Amino acid sequence: MSLTRACTDSLLQCLRVAAKAIAHDVAFMEVCGTHTTSAFRCGLPSVMPPNVRLISGPGCPVCVTSQGDIDRLIDLGSRRDVILCTYGDMLRVPGRQGNLENARVHGSRIEVVYSSMDAVKLARTQPDREVVFAAVGFETTAPATAAAICEAQRLNVKNFSVLASHKRIIPAMRALLTDGEIPRIKGFLCPGHVSVIIGSEVYQSIVDEFGVSCVVGGFEPPQLISALVCLTELVVNNKTALVNQYPEAVHAKGNRWALALLEQIFEPGDARWRGMGNIPDSGLVLRREYQRFDAALRFNLPEPQEREPAGCICGKVISGAALPVQCKLFARACTPISPIGPCMVSSEGTCSAWFKYGPSKQLKNPRSHSDELLEVQS
Amino acid sequence: MCLAVPAKLIQHDGQQGIVDLHGNRLPVNTMMTPDAQSGDWILIHAGFAIERLNPEEARETWALIEEVERATCNSADQNDTQQHNTTAQPARGGIS
Amino acid sequence: MNKQSINDVAMQPHAMPARFTHVALAHGGGGQLTDALLSQIVMPRLANPALSQLLDSGIIPGGKLALTIDSYVVQPLFFPGGDIGRLAVCGTVNDLAVCGAHPRALALSMILAEGLDRKILERVLDSVAATASEAGVRIITGDTKVVGHGQADGIYLTTAGIGELMGHALPHPDHIKPGDVLIINGPIGEHGLTVMLAREMPEVESVLRSDVAPLNGLIEQLRSAIPEVVFMRDPTRGGLAGLTADLAARTGWRINLEETHIPIRPEAKHAADMLGLDPLDIANEGKVVVVVRPEQAPAALHAMRQHPLGRQAQIIGYVTSEKDGVCTLHTSIGGWRVLQKSYGEQLPRIC
Repeated sequence: MSLTRACTDSLLQCLRVAAKAIAHDVAFMEVCGTHTTSAFRCGLPSVMPPNVRLISGPGCPVCVTSQGDIDRLIDLGSRRDVILCTYGDMLRVPGRQGNLENARVHGSRIEVVYSSMDAVKLARTQPDREVVFAAVGFETTAPATAAAICEAQRLNVKNFSVLASHKRIIPAMRALLTDGEIPRIKGFLCPGHVSVIIGSEVYQSIVDEFGVSCVVGGFEPPQLISALVCLTELVVNNKTALVNQYPEAVHAKGNRWALALLEQIFEPGDARWRGMGNIPDSGLVLRREYQRFDAALRFNLPEPQEREPAGCICGKVISGAALPVQCKLFARACTPISPIGPCMVSSEGTCSAWFKYGPSKQLKNPRSHSDELLEVQS
Repeated sequence: MCLAVPAKLIQHDGQQGIVDLHGNRLPVNTMMTPDAQSGDWILIHAGFAIERLNPEEARETWALIEEVERATCNSADQNDTQQHNTTAQPARGGIS
Repeated sequence: MNKQSINDVAMQPHAMPARFTHVALAHGGGGQLTDALLSQIVMPRLANPALSQLLDSGIIPGGKLALTIDSYVVQPLFFPGGDIGRLAVCGTVNDLAVCGAHPRALALSMILAEGLDRKILERVLDSVAATASEAGVRIITGDTKVVGHGQADGIYLTTAGIGELMGHALPHPDHIKPGDVLIINGPIGEHGLTVMLAREMPEVESVLRSDVAPLNGLIEQLRSAIPEVVFMRDPTRGGLAGLTADLAARTGWRINLEETHIPIRPEAKHAADMLGLDPLDIANEGKVVVVVRPEQAPAALHAMRQHPLGRQAQIIGYVTSEKDGVCTLHTSIGGWRVLQKSYGEQLPRIC
């Protein structure tokens, strides 16, 4: 047996022992799309104790981008004088009339970039076009946008702007805890990479005000299971706490250079989350002195109109109030190729994960012949 | 989208660096990790290094990850003359 | 309040893709949408006993010859480890070899875009010639067409191949039984990842190379040792997951893969991580999955490992006696998940 398997076996055993000591069901929530896919990919649902649930919350920034914001991106992208730069994840998110990929097929100049700096470079090489960067993502990604704006300012690039749709995770976590529809959760598996930027200390206020534990976890299977063990054992011992289980990357106070960039360029502002409505202070808006980089102002974009497609319950799925299989459209009208809601189109969306990996069906008689195979190989 | 991967910084000049991700080399911007040095492991995301990884803390996790890789990657390289032509240069793609 | 644990919710089978009105890029992905195109449009019009087998090659009535055809639209044309010319020969040779045929001859059709640089065409055809020689086949006929500037992205190739079926019982999915063992000849994911990186992330310099190679020599060596190989297929579009999910659905048996036994190089695994992709879904062009009876597995492994393209052959899974037609993955943590054929295109234009 491999070292990893021995490690995860013993962690799972700890989880089972802890879960057995709890007489009722207990639910935790993760708010990171990468945690969602990592958990599904390693088959975690199939080995969880039956009374411990890990709910997928609004951890996919593509999924929580409001339809109105998507429509504004498509509108900008279709303008003849604009080149829209975006991360690849955004290409197929549905707006009211198609998506960015359709727009590209029909002649809009839409470029997929690996880095926000590529958008600035493009602006410098195409001075007769306006280059707009679709700034989507949580605090992990927002510093990259801030860096791009700093660079554009430094180089006096006049034809570069961003359509800012960055979100802050902590106001959303608070909103979830006060929403009556969401299952009552006893703790959060906090997003590892957002926490790299914002630090682990910031979750203390959630622990103190709401009495839920916050465990910052990594993404490898042993790290995921270890975080769940920690959360469950805290419940067993009737304690709440903030625990950083990803100390190799996450410091208590975060990354000060990244935070300085954010502080310089952005300030908290209201933001619309798909299916959750407006959450105060949950967005990052450009500070007044950088508003010339704001594409919404530069192009005088109208206020976004929000209208969810009929039957789509992405909002409930995003907030953990419903499972994908409870949506009438899931895997029927709404599929990865013809997504109706953003949860299906993003590779980190809950519906996409459920579609691809499936919750573990109760497989009849699963039995591994792994040891026998090993014998044959040697 | 919050996907960040650990990689080794192998070159560093001001705010530009090159990282190696087990044989995949790519450029990164290191303005958020000004204290990173060549040889450090860093976390990269969307073309930026977002944190320097603490090897002491990471040792245990990485030992497990590397152990899995050793088991599954099957020490093939020395026997495999077909797949790895070490004289070939990485192609740039597109029509040359 | 939702009382259901996710563990209690039975997976709903995915509905068949709906009737489509326009062809999408995804219909070429080798996934479920490709199946939909075949079942909704092709089969109702063309079905016959040979075609309906839906094997990699068609057996010409008479049982002595096999015929196959494939088109190649890869972008970029040249990538580390190969090019469109090498792909065009290997893909077709391999489709014959996995059906138990010895490839004998190819026909080559070229569609060239106006303005294509002569040197590119020469380079592609040099590669076709070299690969054909390596595989021991000849190009015995062909065709050339030219289309307007910007069409065909430079060059599209189509190769048809003909092979001789030699005596042994032919591999066929209907012969698969519980207990049978699945073997792959080497690590996965390299072709698709190499092409993706070359096309989408040219700033990445990688040691990854496409694994594109003619497999007929390896397969002949295997069948010399094990004439009764049960079934073979190469995991191209759709990857290992697509192949195995297809096989499970077709045979009706549950097939299980063992995650820790599936070989993958670190550079492939990390490139896949970086791109957010699952290596199991990624195309391979120099790999074959072989199904053998369990008592023949040691001999099969030994035979394959004697060949340069089989040094890293591994047993990766087995056919169970559960009759649910599902493909499962026993994961590195001892968990289980269901492997599905990808729905559309994950990686467009990779072969």
